[in-house]
Amino acid sequence: MKKYLKKIQRYIWLILFAVFMLLSFAFHFDAGKTITTGFKDSLIEMITFIPALFIIVGLFDVWVSKEKIQQHIGQGSGIKGISIVVLLAMLQAGPLYGAFPVAYMLWKKGASIRNIFIYLGAFTSFKIPMLGIEIAYLGIQFTLVRTLVSLPFFIGIGYFMEWYLKDKDFKVNTIG
Amino acid sequence: MSTNAIIYISVCAVLLLVSFFANRQKTLMGLKRGWFMFRNILVPFLNILILVSIALFLIPPSIISRYLGPESGALGLLIAAVVGSITLIPGFISYPIAKGLITQGASYAVVATFMTTLMMVGVVTMPLEIKYFGKRVAITRNLLNFVAAVIIGLAVGMVL
Repeated sequence: MKKYLKKIQRYIWLILFAVFMLLSFAFHFDAGKTITTGFKDSLIEMITFIPALFIIVGLFDVWVSKEKIQQHIGQGSGIKGISIVVLLAMLQAGPLYGAFPVAYMLWKKGASIRNIFIYLGAFTSFKIPMLGIEIAYLGIQFTLVRTLVSLPFFIGIGYFMEWYLKDKDFKVNTIG
Repeated sequence: MSTNAIIYISVCAVLLLVSFFANRQKTLMGLKRGWFMFRNILVPFLNILILVSIALFLIPPSIISRYLGPESGALGLLIAAVVGSITLIPGFISYPIAKGLITQGASYAVVATFMTTLMMVGVVTMPLEIKYFGKRVAITRNLLNFVAAVIIGLAVGMVL
């Protein structure tokens, strides 16, 4: 019974909204109808591109191996090193706190302070699944401008942090 | 169907075909991974669509354009930057919200600032960040990112 309730809990808002939609139409509640139309439009918009996007992301995940890229971490300085961490960040998914363990791994593998922070910056802003959704919702122009303006900032922050932490015994801790 | 959808579906179809001929097993694995990711976000995504459609109905465009529109000036940017920094909204959920704001009259600069601070600054996750990097680094990173996020938001607003 408890397990059953937990399962329903996940869908509670959907169920309540479905009931709300039905009642709105049954009793000719105009506000409800307008909301339903808005919901229907955004649902159609989403369902026409999201499945395709996730297939693309899934294929990317299989063909471009994160492990392979990780092997090159720490090697190559300058543009090559930066490109590797940016590429690695682009292939990730999830919220920022998911990047911290990876930052620990990068640090362990001998990545420079600069590249660790460039990685964090790229992780916040250049993840491919997110870019895909962003382009669909806000347009390619928005995404292009945002990413192109962001990159120099992340590289700049990377250089700044390296300079700032030079003699400060920087280390990344692991938790748990 | 929107042009977006057509582009995504075409790209997807081409990639699938190429991938399928190159390696069937890998393709199947990719489909599986995509499906799992899709399944994980589906319910939260639908929830946010519900919330956005209700909010858009309840909040009149005049209010949104007054506080977040092109004429809102520094106040609009401040609201966007502060809300973006302190809230913890998963990325994929924030896009329908951003689009809703734009259709209701918010300016690109304000929405872009909201998005960039949301992505780059994490006040709520700061304690966790401190555990990994220490206080000094975590605070410095968030401060620098906050400044950068506002500048990036402004730049996007200027171009679009």
